[in-house]
Amino acid sequence: MDKNRKVHQFKNPVLNWIEFRLPIISYFKKEYGDYPMPKNCNYFWSFGALATITLVTMIVSGIFLAMNYTPHTDMAFDSVERIMRDVNYGWLMRYIHSNGAAFFFIIVYIHIVRAMYFGSYKYPRELNWILGVFIFLLMMATSFLGYTLPWGQMSYWGATVITNLFSAIPFIGEGLKTWLLGDYNVGNATLNRFFALHYVLPFVIFGVVGLHVAAVHVHGSNNPDGIDIKTNNDSVNFFPYMLIKDTVAMCAFGVAISAVIFFGPNLMAEVDNYIPADPLVTPAHIVPNWYLAPFYAILRAVPDKLGGVLLMFGAIVILFVLPWLDRSKVRSCNYRPIYKWFMMGFFVNFFALGYVGMLPAEGLYLLIARVGLLYYFGFFFIITPFVGWIEKPSKLPLSISDVYAKNIAPNIGGGEKGIPSPAMQKDTNL
Amino acid sequence: MAKKPKNKRRDFLQLSTVTLGAVGTAAFIWPFLKSMSPAEDTLAAGSTEVDISAIEEGQSITIKWRGKPVFIKKRTKDEIDAAKMVQASDLRDPQDDADRVQKEEWLVLVGVCTHLGCVPLGQKVSDMKGEYDGWYCPCHGSHYDTSGRIRKGPAPKNLDVPPYTFLNDNTIKIG
Amino acid sequence: MRLLLIIFLLFSSNLFAAEMSTEKMPKHDWSFKGVTGTFDRAAIQRGYKVYREVCAGCHSMKLLYYRDLIDVGFSEAQVKVIASEYTVLDGPNDDGEMFERPARPADRFVNPYANDNEARANNNGAYPPDLSVITKARKYGVDYIYNLLLGYVEPPKGMEVGNGMWYNKWMAGNQIAMPAPIADGSVDYDDGTDNNAEQLSADVTHFLHWAAEPEMEERKNLGIKVILFFIILGTIVYLAKNRLWRDVT
Repeated sequence: MDKNRKVHQFKNPVLNWIEFRLPIISYFKKEYGDYPMPKNCNYFWSFGALATITLVTMIVSGIFLAMNYTPHTDMAFDSVERIMRDVNYGWLMRYIHSNGAAFFFIIVYIHIVRAMYFGSYKYPRELNWILGVFIFLLMMATSFLGYTLPWGQMSYWGATVITNLFSAIPFIGEGLKTWLLGDYNVGNATLNRFFALHYVLPFVIFGVVGLHVAAVHVHGSNNPDGIDIKTNNDSVNFFPYMLIKDTVAMCAFGVAISAVIFFGPNLMAEVDNYIPADPLVTPAHIVPNWYLAPFYAILRAVPDKLGGVLLMFGAIVILFVLPWLDRSKVRSCNYRPIYKWFMMGFFVNFFALGYVGMLPAEGLYLLIARVGLLYYFGFFFIITPFVGWIEKPSKLPLSISDVYAKNIAPNIGGGEKGIPSPAMQKDTNL
Repeated sequence: MAKKPKNKRRDFLQLSTVTLGAVGTAAFIWPFLKSMSPAEDTLAAGSTEVDISAIEEGQSITIKWRGKPVFIKKRTKDEIDAAKMVQASDLRDPQDDADRVQKEEWLVLVGVCTHLGCVPLGQKVSDMKGEYDGWYCPCHGSHYDTSGRIRKGPAPKNLDVPPYTFLNDNTIKIG
Repeated sequence: MRLLLIIFLLFSSNLFAAEMSTEKMPKHDWSFKGVTGTFDRAAIQRGYKVYREVCAGCHSMKLLYYRDLIDVGFSEAQVKVIASEYTVLDGPNDDGEMFERPARPADRFVNPYANDNEARANNNGAYPPDLSVITKARKYGVDYIYNLLLGYVEPPKGMEVGNGMWYNKWMAGNQIAMPAPIADGSVDYDDGTDNNAEQLSADVTHFLHWAAEPEMEERKNLGIKVILFFIILGTIVYLAKNRLWRDVT
C-alpha cells in the first residue's frame, strides 16, 4: 500500500475523509466533471446516456413488478392482470416496463447507427464496440426471457419456436433443448427459470455497461467528423456542457416515451398476448417483439432449419468483427462519399428486414427477407472491405475547433453571440 | 467564457431547471413507493362480515380476519358479571369491561396473545381456560379473563379488540 | 393469358371470401377515444346489464371483482345486491364440506361453468372466451367487437357454413360458433335509452372496454401532466443549454 501517494485535497473535510480512503470523488470529478468531450458532438452522442437511464428505469420498474408477479403457469397471467388492476400504480409500472423495453431497443439501435456511421467502432475503440455488441446480445436474451413471463399466447409460442431452434443442432440439439426447458416442452419449469434468468441478466448488462463506459473514457469519445482531439480548443468539459445537452435529450425522450406509455401503451404490443397461453392452440402468426424482428426475418428466410439458426446467430456474431472488415482509415461516413450510401442502405435494409419479420414468411415478404439477408451479409463481407479499399475519401477538416467555429457556433440559439474564435476572426477581420 | 453580465438570467434558468428536475424526480419516485402499499384486493379482503345468529350462549367461534384469528363469544350471564366485578385499577392493563364491548353479551377479540403472538386456548369446550375462566396461552402461561384481559402471566396487554360494527342483530362486520 | 387472368380473378372472389374480409374495419365513435377521452358511465352500466342478461350465461369475466362496479357509478349497496344474486362455492366448513354462499363485493365475477371442459361441452366443443380483456386481445379492439356483434349477415351465395356454425362478416374465417347474441330489443334498459341492436352492441362494447382498461382515465390524466412537465422542463433546459453554449467559441 502506497501511503505516500498523492491524494487530492478538497476544501470540505468530509470529502477529504472519503477521498483518502476511496478516491471516488476525484474519480467522478475526472470522469464526469472535467472529462473532455469533442465540441462538435451532436445529439446522436446523447443516446448512450439515454440508454443508461432507460436501463436503470427498466431495472427499477422490473423490481417493483417482481414484488407482485408470480412465475407459475397457473398464476402468471392473472398476477400480471392483478398488477394492472389492483396494485396501486401497477398499470404504470407494467406499461413503463413493456414500453421501456421497446424504447430501450430504439435508443440502442440509434446508438449503433451512430457508431457505424461515424466509425466509432474503429481504432482505438474496437474493444468498446465489442463490449457494445455483447450488451446488445444480452439485451436480446433478456427481452426474450421477459416476454415469456406474462404467459400469454405469444409468450408461450414464441418461447416454443425459439427454444425449438436448439434442437436443430446436430447430435446434442434435442438433449440441449430439454435441458434448457427443464421439461419436454415449454412449461412451468421453463417459466420459473426464465424468470430467475430475466431478473439476473440486467445486472450483468449493468456490469458490462460499466466496462463499456470505462473503455470509452480511455481514449475519449468519437465525434461526427471522426478526427481526434488535438488541442484544448477542440473540447469542452463534460460538466456542464454535455450534461445539459444530455438533459435536453432526456426531456425529448421523456415526451416521446410518455406519449406512448400514457396514450398508446399497447401500440407496440401483440394482441395475442392478452390471451392466456394455450398449449393446444397455436396463433395464426407467431412473431417475436418487433425489435427482434430483423433477426427473425433472417431465420425464416432460410429454408433449412439449421441454416436459418446459423445465419440468424451469424448476423449478430458478424457485428463483432466489423472493425477488422473495414480497412478504411477514415472514420466518419460524412467524409466517405461512396461507403456512406451503402451504410445508409444497410440501415434501410435492416428496417425492411424488421418489417417483413413481423409478417407471414410467404410470397413477396419472403422474397424481401431473402434479398435483405443477402444485402446484410454482403454489406459486411463484400462491400465494407472492398469499398474501404478502393474509396477516395473527402478532405478531412483541419481540426474540431475549426469545424465547430465554421459550422456549429453560428447556429446556436438566437440573440447575442459570444466571442468569435480565432478561426472565425481571421475570416471576418474583426 | 464571458461571465458576470448574464448572471441573473443564468441563475434563474439554473434555479428553475434544478427545481423542476427535483420535483420531477420526486413525482417519478412517488408511484413506485405507493405501489408497495396494500393493493385493492388486499384492502377489499380487509373486512369480513360474520353471521352470529347461530352462536349459542356460552359458545365461542373463531373466524379469520386479515390473516389472524378473531374470537367471537356469546357470553353467559355469569361470565358477564365476573367481568364487570373486576376493579380496573387491579389490572396490569387497566380497562373496564364496558369499554371492551358494544353489546355486553358479545365479546369480539383478536385471538393473538399480546406476549409473543401465539393463539390462546379457550375456544373449544374441552380447552383449558386458565385460572380466570377466559383464555389460556400455552406458550408461556398467560391467563386471560372473561373479558379477554390479562390477569396472570407474561403478556403485557389485554387481548386486542378489533374495530367492528353491528350491521344488524345477526351480523357483525369486522374491520 | 391476360383473359385467363381476368376470368380467374372474376371467379375467385368466392375463394377470397373464405378469408377474413378485405374490407376496412369501420370505426365507431367512442367517447373514450383520444387524448381527452373519458368513459361514459351510463353506457357502461347499460353494457353491464347486457353482459349480465345476454353474455354471462356462457362467457366468464374472472378478472373482475363485483367491487369494481363501484367505479362505474353503482353504490356500495347496489353492488352488494348485484353480487348477492350469484352463488359462490366456498369452504371447506368445519364439517369439511364445500358449501355455496351468495357472492360478496370482494368476490370475483362468478363463472357460468365450473371449468373449461364443461364450457366446451355446453357449446359444441367451442370455448366461449373470457371477456375480461377481450378488447385488448383482438386486432382493432372495440371496433372489432362492435362490428362482430352486428356482423351476422347472410353468407355469400354458394358458401357452405359448417355444422353448428354461423356466418359472420368479421370473424376470422367468417364462421363463428356463437349464434347472434344481440337483436333489437334483446335487453330492456331502465333509463329509457333506445334498445336497438346497435345501441346494445355499443353499450356492451363500452362496458367490455372499461373492463379491459379500468385505469384509462387516470392514465390519460396523468399522461397530460407528465408530458406537459417534460415539455416545460425541456424548454427551460434547452434555453439554458443555448445560453451556456453561446459562449463556447
